[in-house]
Amino acid sequence: MSVFVDETTKVVVQGVGPSSQGLYHGLRNRAYGTQVVAGTNPRRGGEQIEGIPIFATVTEAVSATGANASFISVPPPRAADAIIEAAAAGIPFIVCITEGIPAQDEARAYNLLRRDYPGTRLLGPNCPGIISAGKCNIGITSGDIALPGGPVGLVSRSGTVFYQAIYELTQKGIGQTTGVGIGGDPVPGTGFTDCLRAFEADPETKAVLMIGEIGGSAEEQAAEFIQSSMTKPVVAYIAGVTAPPGRKMGHAGAIISGSKGTAKAKMEVLAEAGVIVALNPTEAGERMAEIVARMS
Amino acid sequence: MDLYEYQGKQYFARFGIPVSAGGVADSVDEAVARAEEVGYPVVVKAQVKVGGRGKAGGIKLASSAEEVRLHASAILGMDIRGHIVRRLWIERSSDIAKEYYASFTLDRTAKLHLCMVSAKGGVEIEEVAATEPEAIARLHVDPVDGLDLESAARVVAQAAIDEPAREQAAALLVELYRCYVEGDCDLAEINPLILATDGRVHALDAKVTLDDNAAFRHPEWDEFDDPDPGDERERLARQKGLQYVGLDGFVGIIANGAGLAMSTCDVVEQVGGEPANFLDIGGGANADQMANALEVINSDDKVRSIFINIFGGITRGEEVANGIVQALGRVEIKAPIVIRLDGTNAEEGRAILAAYGSERLESVPTMVEAARRATELAGGAAK
Repeated sequence: MSVFVDETTKVVVQGVGPSSQGLYHGLRNRAYGTQVVAGTNPRRGGEQIEGIPIFATVTEAVSATGANASFISVPPPRAADAIIEAAAAGIPFIVCITEGIPAQDEARAYNLLRRDYPGTRLLGPNCPGIISAGKCNIGITSGDIALPGGPVGLVSRSGTVFYQAIYELTQKGIGQTTGVGIGGDPVPGTGFTDCLRAFEADPETKAVLMIGEIGGSAEEQAAEFIQSSMTKPVVAYIAGVTAPPGRKMGHAGAIISGSKGTAKAKMEVLAEAGVIVALNPTEAGERMAEIVARMS
Repeated sequence: MDLYEYQGKQYFARFGIPVSAGGVADSVDEAVARAEEVGYPVVVKAQVKVGGRGKAGGIKLASSAEEVRLHASAILGMDIRGHIVRRLWIERSSDIAKEYYASFTLDRTAKLHLCMVSAKGGVEIEEVAATEPEAIARLHVDPVDGLDLESAARVVAQAAIDEPAREQAAALLVELYRCYVEGDCDLAEINPLILATDGRVHALDAKVTLDDNAAFRHPEWDEFDDPDPGDERERLARQKGLQYVGLDGFVGIIANGAGLAMSTCDVVEQVGGEPANFLDIGGGANADQMANALEVINSDDKVRSIFINIFGGITRGEEVANGIVQALGRVEIKAPIVIRLDGTNAEEGRAILAAYGSERLESVPTMVEAARRATELAGGAAK
C-alpha cells in the first residue's frame, strides 16, 4: 500500500514542450515506472513528444487517456490557472512544483478548489512532489534514492531535506511507503495533517518521519493531530534552529515573528505530543532506524 | 520587500486611500522646501524600516522653516535601532481626534485573508493585541469572494469605531483590501488610521510589505528605491538573484533549497562551527548561480571555510560541479571548500570534481562529516 498515488496512477504533465522542465521531469518520472499517459500544450495538441501524446487541454487529455493525476511545473505567472484547469477537468490529484507563485494567486486557487472542487487534492505549490517507492514518482525527487517496501511514510515541508531524509533511511536499508513533499509556501494545498491521517490509515505504513521548518503553525497543528489521532510512532526534525528571528529564509513560509513559529517552540510542542524529535536529518534517520528495529 | 512609510503612502494613494499631503527629502534644504510646499505646521518623519521611530525622536512637529531645519538636521543620520536615517518624509500636520488600526494579511492557518480593525490604534497596538485581544475585531475574507462594503461596515462597527468615522472607515477598508490584493501585498497596515478634528478619516502611517513573487506584474515597483545600502553581502547576493541572509560566524554555507540551507546551518552549529550565512542557490541552480554564490561568499572576510551542501532534485549534480569548477577559474576563492554532493546525477558531479583535482576542494560523503571537516578547516573545534 501507499498513500495518494500508486502503480495505477495515470499522470498528465501540464506544459510539455521540446525543451520544457515539464518534459525533462516527466521523462524522469516515466523512467521510474510512473504511468505518464499524456502531456498538454495549447499549441501542440495532436503531437507526440518522446512518445508522450500531447493534448491542447487537460480535459481532452483526461477523456482520451483516463489520467487521474496531473503534474504542473509551468512558470509562476501561469501556475494558478493551470491548477484550476486541472481541477475543472476533474483531476483528483494535482502536483504543482512551481516555485515563486504570487501569494494572492495561491490563496485564490486554494480557496476556489476548496469550494468548487472539494474532491481534488492539490499537493504544493513549491514542493518536490510525491514518491510511492517502486510504484509512482510525480515531481522532482530523484527516484533512485527511495527504497520500496515500507514501513516508513515521510512528509516534509522542505524539498531538499525531504530528499536527505529519504536518503538517510535508504542508506540504513529502511524502505518507504510514500514520501510526500508538501512544500514551504504560505498556502500549501496539502498539509501535514492530511498526510499524517493518510499514513495512519495505510496498513503498510508503520511509522512516520516528519520534516518541518520554522514559521507558521503547521507543525503545531500536526502535533495536535498526532496527540489526538495517531497510534503510529512519529519522528520529527525541524529545520532552522539557528535562524535569526524576523528574517526570511528563502521560503515564503519560513519566517519567524517573535517567539512564535521558532524551531524550538515547534520541537517542544511535538515532543509533548509524544513525537521523537531529532536535531538533524541524520539523527532523525537514526531514531527511525531504532523504531524499525524494535518492530521486527 | 518592505516599503518605507512614504512609499507605502504613495502606494495607498494609487488605490484611492486618503493620506496626508507631503514630500520626500534627503537633505535639510530639501526638507524646508517640502515644508514650504505643503504648508505649516508639518511633521518631519524619519524614514526607516523599523518600528519605534516616535519614541526614538525620529518624528517631530515643526511650525516654521527654522524648526524644520532644526529637526531635519537632528533626524538625518540618526541611528534608530540600528537603522541610519537617510531620508525624511515631510507631511502636513493633522489634528488628531481619534487613532484607529486597520490591516490585511494572510492567515496561514485558516488559509484566508484576515482583516483586523481596532478603535485602539496607535503606538500601543501590540500591547492591546496581547492584553485585550477582544479590542481587535477580526474578519476572515475568502479571496474568491473578496470584501464588500457591507462586510467592511460590519467589522468597523464590531471594532467600535466612533460613529462619525464609520462610513469613511468602511469605504477605506474596501480600498485597502483592493490595494492588498491587486497591489500584491503580503501586509497592508495602517496604524494609526485617524479621525481628524475636521471629520476626515485618513492614513497617518503606512506599513506595506510587497510580495516579491509578484514583481513580474508590477513594473511600477522599480521606483521603490532604497537609500539604505544595507548589508553589503546581502546587496551583492540580491543582485545575483540568490537567497542570502548574513550571519556572524566563519563557515560560509551554500546549499540548494531553503530547508537544506537552514538544516546545514543547524548541523554546522551542532558540530561546533558557526555559520557565516544562509545561502540558498535555489531549485534549478545552474553553473552560473553556483559561481555567483561562491563570489558572494568570497566577499565575506569572516569566512574561513566554505561548506557546499547539495542534494540534487531539480538541481543536477554535474551542473553543480561545473559551476564550482567555473567559479574556481573565475575568482580566487580565499577559503578551502568542503563539498557534499548527493541525489540527481551526483556521481557525474563527483567525477567532474575528482577530475578537476584541487587541493582546496574536498569531497566528503555525509552532511555531518562535511560540517565537521568545514569547521576544522576554519580552525574551529569540531565536536
